[in-house]
Amino acid sequence: MKRDSSTPVELFDAAITGHRHAIGRLLSLVEQGGASADAVSALTHEKSGAAMVIGITGPPGSGKSSLLSQLLKEVVAAGFRPAVIAVDPSSPLTGGAILGDRVRIDATDTATFIRSIATRGHSGGLALAVPGAVRVLDAVGFNPIIIETVGVGQVEVDVTASADTTIVVANPGTGDAVQANKAGLLEVADIFVVNKSDLPGSDDARRDLELMLDLSHMTGQEDSTGRRPPIIMANSLEGSGAAELWAAVVEHGEHLVATNQLSARRAKRQLAELRSRVSDALMDALDSELASKHGADIVVALSDRRITPTEASSQIISRVIRTDERPARPRGPQV
Amino acid sequence: MTDTPIRIVLAKIGFDGHDRGLRMVARILRDAGFEVIYLGLRQTTENVVAVVEQEDADAVGLSMHNAQHLTLAPKMVKSLRSAGLDVPVILGGVVPDQDIAPLLEAGVAVILGPGTSAEDVVRSVREAVTSRS
Repeated sequence: MKRDSSTPVELFDAAITGHRHAIGRLLSLVEQGGASADAVSALTHEKSGAAMVIGITGPPGSGKSSLLSQLLKEVVAAGFRPAVIAVDPSSPLTGGAILGDRVRIDATDTATFIRSIATRGHSGGLALAVPGAVRVLDAVGFNPIIIETVGVGQVEVDVTASADTTIVVANPGTGDAVQANKAGLLEVADIFVVNKSDLPGSDDARRDLELMLDLSHMTGQEDSTGRRPPIIMANSLEGSGAAELWAAVVEHGEHLVATNQLSARRAKRQLAELRSRVSDALMDALDSELASKHGADIVVALSDRRITPTEASSQIISRVIRTDERPARPRGPQV
Repeated sequence: MTDTPIRIVLAKIGFDGHDRGLRMVARILRDAGFEVIYLGLRQTTENVVAVVEQEDADAVGLSMHNAQHLTLAPKMVKSLRSAGLDVPVILGGVVPDQDIAPLLEAGVAVILGPGTSAEDVVRSVREAVTSRS
């Protein structure tokens, strides 16, 4: 059978020697969550932290994977051993997913490790799976680690935006200067790429981004060091822009180190993961409390208008979070 | 935590441009809750092995319309086994009846020809995977 009975320790020992399938199995354990993911975290946490983490995001069809394919050539040529985490959405209806990023990535170089991850719908799942997967790939020696996500959905944007360097891919013809000033994706960029720059309107797209950055400067919303994100014109058909993009990534990495921002960014990333982890555990505790007899009684009392929503939530919270004692089992309430 | 979805790699090996069937199968499996790692056209067996390892996939689905199935499907099975991967290879596309027995003999798990219903595709893949775990 394929699901071998190797323990996380055995898998990790094989993974650090470069055994591809052992790395793949560890990533599956991380994706599954729960106790086996915790075991993998325990093995990889201390050994990670060396790799640069690069996020690449943008709207569906903006050419992220094709651009990534070109970027990987530059990264490999510079002597690095990159790994990619490519996130694609799961269907909210069936849970299935088509993970199609590999189609665009020229993978004749099998030394580059690419893992496709589906969002799998459950809240907080991706927010835990991606940092866990980054840790595995980092601990077994890949550098840099590139996370690719579609720039829709808060969690997808968050996991990419919490990278050391975040690349946002835009296209010609996707809106004017007002669109560019709306809140969201564009705010998280350390580097912009106007991809498909052979299409009409690419100069306009560049101008709109420049104007947006001008306003960030005027309103004081720019980086505290005054760094202005570069805008790179790229065309994956010709491979143009990839070398400039890699140079910009390297430049940004050096900037983070020179301005002491790298450790601050990483602390922020650890904090975000910690929040996800705690909120995940609390949600589990909440769900089991609501499913209990006591929880059901409270819901009935609330529906019958015998207690107010505030009273109901206080009662639930007092049982989910027990401040008067150390919980014996952190993953759920006592019964 | 719900059950982990079955992960399947879908590819066409060699010089073969007919990917409409494979794209349809990808959609059928997605709608049945599978995670489909779609590779598409012009893959090599070496690349498929690397992808199965990296993606920790549970199965490989090949679609062949280039009359190379007697060569490439057994080669795919052999490449996976020599990498220590006991994942089923499911073959779809145009396979003449007289070729079915030798392909099964060579280790191909299931052969799904033209006209196979969506239900049969899903059931066959699921059975091929669960019979090994």
